[in-house]
Amino acid sequence: MNSELDLKPAAVFTSKTRQITLNINGISRGLEVLPYVTLLDALREYLDLTGTKKGCDHGQCGACTVICDDKRILSCLSLAVAKDGAEITTIEGVSTGNDLHPLQQAFIDHDAFQCGYCTPGQICSAIGMLSEGKAKTRADVKELMSGNLCRCGANMSIIDAIMEVKDGGGHE
Amino acid sequence: MKNPPATGQSISRIEGPLKVTGAAKYSGEYNVPGLLYGYVVNSTITKGKIIKIYTEEIKALPGVIDVFSHENRPSTAWFDMKYADMDAPPGSPFRPLHDAEIRYNGQPIALIVAETFELARYAASIISVDYEKEIFDTDLRSHFGDGREPETGMASLLKPPPPEPTGYFETAYAAAKYKASGEFYHGTEHHNPMELFTTTTLYEGKGKLSIYDKTQGTVNCQLYVANVFGLRFKDVKVISPFVGGAFGSGLRPQYQLFLSVMAALELKRHVRVTLDRSQMFTFGHRPPTLQRTRFAADADGMVTALNHTAFAETSRFEDYTEVVVNWSPKLYPAAHTLLDYKLVPLDVFSPMDMRAPGGSTGMHAIESTLDELAYQLKMDPLDLRLKNYTMIDITVNLPYSSKELKECYLKGAEKFGWANRAPEPRSMKRGHKLVGYGMATGIWDAMQAPARAEAAMTRDGKLHVKSAVTDIGTGTFTVMTQIAADELGLPVADVIFSYGDSKLPFAPIQGGSMTTSTVGTAIRAAGKALRKKLLRVAKRMKDSPLGKAELEEVIFQNGYIILKDNPQAAVSFADIINDGHHGLPLKTTNTGVPNMAKLNKYSRAAHSAVFVEVEVDEELGVINVTRALTAVAAGKIINPKTSRSQILGSMVWGISKALREETILDNQLGKYMNQNLGEYHIPVHADIHDLDVMFIEENDEHINELGIKGLGEIGLVGVAPAITNAIFHATGKRLNQLPVHFDMLL
Ligand code: FES
Ligand code: FES
Repeated sequence: MNSELDLKPAAVFTSKTRQITLNINGISRGLEVLPYVTLLDALREYLDLTGTKKGCDHGQCGACTVICDDKRILSCLSLAVAKDGAEITTIEGVSTGNDLHPLQQAFIDHDAFQCGYCTPGQICSAIGMLSEGKAKTRADVKELMSGNLCRCGANMSIIDAIMEVKDGGGHE
Repeated sequence: MKNPPATGQSISRIEGPLKVTGAAKYSGEYNVPGLLYGYVVNSTITKGKIIKIYTEEIKALPGVIDVFSHENRPSTAWFDMKYADMDAPPGSPFRPLHDAEIRYNGQPIALIVAETFELARYAASIISVDYEKEIFDTDLRSHFGDGREPETGMASLLKPPPPEPTGYFETAYAAAKYKASGEFYHGTEHHNPMELFTTTTLYEGKGKLSIYDKTQGTVNCQLYVANVFGLRFKDVKVISPFVGGAFGSGLRPQYQLFLSVMAALELKRHVRVTLDRSQMFTFGHRPPTLQRTRFAADADGMVTALNHTAFAETSRFEDYTEVVVNWSPKLYPAAHTLLDYKLVPLDVFSPMDMRAPGGSTGMHAIESTLDELAYQLKMDPLDLRLKNYTMIDITVNLPYSSKELKECYLKGAEKFGWANRAPEPRSMKRGHKLVGYGMATGIWDAMQAPARAEAAMTRDGKLHVKSAVTDIGTGTFTVMTQIAADELGLPVADVIFSYGDSKLPFAPIQGGSMTTSTVGTAIRAAGKALRKKLLRVAKRMKDSPLGKAELEEVIFQNGYIILKDNPQAAVSFADIINDGHHGLPLKTTNTGVPNMAKLNKYSRAAHSAVFVEVEVDEELGVINVTRALTAVAAGKIINPKTSRSQILGSMVWGISKALREETILDNQLGKYMNQNLGEYHIPVHADIHDLDVMFIEENDEHINELGIKGLGEIGLVGVAPAITNAIFHATGKRLNQLPVHFDMLL
């Protein structure tokens, strides 16, 4: 698309794969990836963990949010090789056994989604946001969740669901 | 014991657990061994010709499998009409990689197929293209007044041209004492569903394809692919159980479908093509539209004259139209009307239906002008609407099949606290912020199309219902399950609804708020036929307690056919299948069609009343929608929970339309400049405050057997004008451009 790019194709096509280990949802997974593969693509395309979504690939939508070493991060802005050895929780690992995580249940109860495409990111982000402990009020929650877009416009129900869990102490 | 009907109940989305656990698979999430990745190269010029694409250099790169362009693409159908889809406007549909001609900026010009996504993307970023540029025009605003009549075609059936003029508008307007007029501009918008447009085509050998596509019409895409590539319909399967939003963008087959299928057929491999976010600005959009209104009223507030003219953008190759100007006389029956809609063809891609197409554009101009008229008359804007209330649609001279808009106005106003509004602009304050109340009306046609559905009873007593329809987040899966449950008197848990697959019974594209009435009616037809079949088999069973009972003499309840007169006489569905039908499922496939003979006696529409409170920071110009309430009359509500979400989502869209989203076109370059979610602003959580939805009871005995009108669009149409009217009330400034920019208030 851009013929003026001053990048040598060779660099991309000849770089070597690296062996890395990601601890995902409590399972250690070895993976051979090129250095420029994002954590998001590693999850979706290499490990078939498609619960984590791609909405922009540019850090602008929040759909790709996962929890990495206890912090919420945008997996599209992280290179897989940079996360070698990290503990990662994706939406597939949020609940234990057959029980839904309280946030997952609250999202269903409040109908906090329509198409569901932003939902995994919203839930992972909310888990991270609650454990940060900075949000005191509903306004705080809205502000601190504003990196996660929802085009279906489920915004109010998403915040309702999070507030229920936050106030109900459903989050450990 | 009788179980309550499933319809009317607030049931949580059946697929909810799949969506909150990440188990729901969208079109780009079917991973298979040996999958190839396609990345699209787009034109960087707006008009002209491709002189050369340097594909050989790219093909030589390790990991790159092939590069397709107009020079080497496999031959496809040459006949234009083969590319037409169910939503194609009159004209000649865009054909990807057809020839060297560039018709718009961002046009797909090549597909790079590689072993990995990263390689394909990188190769797409370095490919060189030589062009010959031509002069182009993309600037709608320079064409106020010089449009032309649109071509008509199949699409005109659902999008009628403006009604003929009535009375003598110019004379009436000139003589009128109370008048309001305005010029309006509605900017370009792109649908931007959260999921990227993706097609995963699985090559199944011998010309057979399984295609996972992001679409609002599985059958529509199946027909398109079969027609374009000369395949047999039954060899093409299009599957879309989960769609990450669409809002109209999936009504037409998009170019990633064409390219993915083309590459799969040519390479005999599985190929996924995903468009990136910026590429989602390279097909279809809500067209920018210029409008002019002139409304007049007599001293009592009766609207006497209505003039509404629109000039809308279209492409050079298709006449995409919308119903922008037809609405005002439907709501306010003036004697003198003059309505006109013109197109301005420009060097852009064809616009495309986007949530409440036309209606949400036109109603902004109409409801803003009416608000202005109320101020001229020194009348409450709500009173003006009540004064002109009509149960007859004068544009067709027919009564409304039902219309509970008055209740929307009254109940909505009461709950919102409209009576607390001080009439004068700039008269309400909260701290250092100006407060404004605004209201507006919404209207949307209630439509229905033919569809088919299968219903089957299996030996476990479960009802299986099938339709090719999609669920784009609207709640279709859940709502159809509820409708089917009531047909056989079963609890929802005993109904299994299969959908989102072109091999299932025919459903039209999911749009225009007509899916529930369309597919719901088909399910009802199939349900009725299945009841008959079950009873017939039950009566044939040995010692059947049902004797010679007719359909009217029995009820279907909780898995049994029961004699009305003798509730002890009952046969279970499971026994009917096991003992009366050798354990084989009892099946029927039926068609649901709109009853036109009946419908033609009425005008059919859903209505809404929207009330909004805004706070405006005068120093900074910041506008905040602090509260909004929408009261909706749309016939029977099958599921209040999912329906509420539909309306809430539309209200967020209305806030976005009024205050946030806009695609900015640079007319020097002919290119959209903000092709990403950082610069294409939609509301974030912090922008959304107190939203309320009321469903007003509306019994419509004419519209269809279920009494359904549809909800996809009605929630949006009135929201933006209610906001701009509230801004006027707060500030005394009438802003007729969408979206409103902060600086316009400073
Ligand atoms: S995909 Fe990562 S922020 Fe959008
Ligand atoms: S539920 Fe569709 S984008 Fe949030």
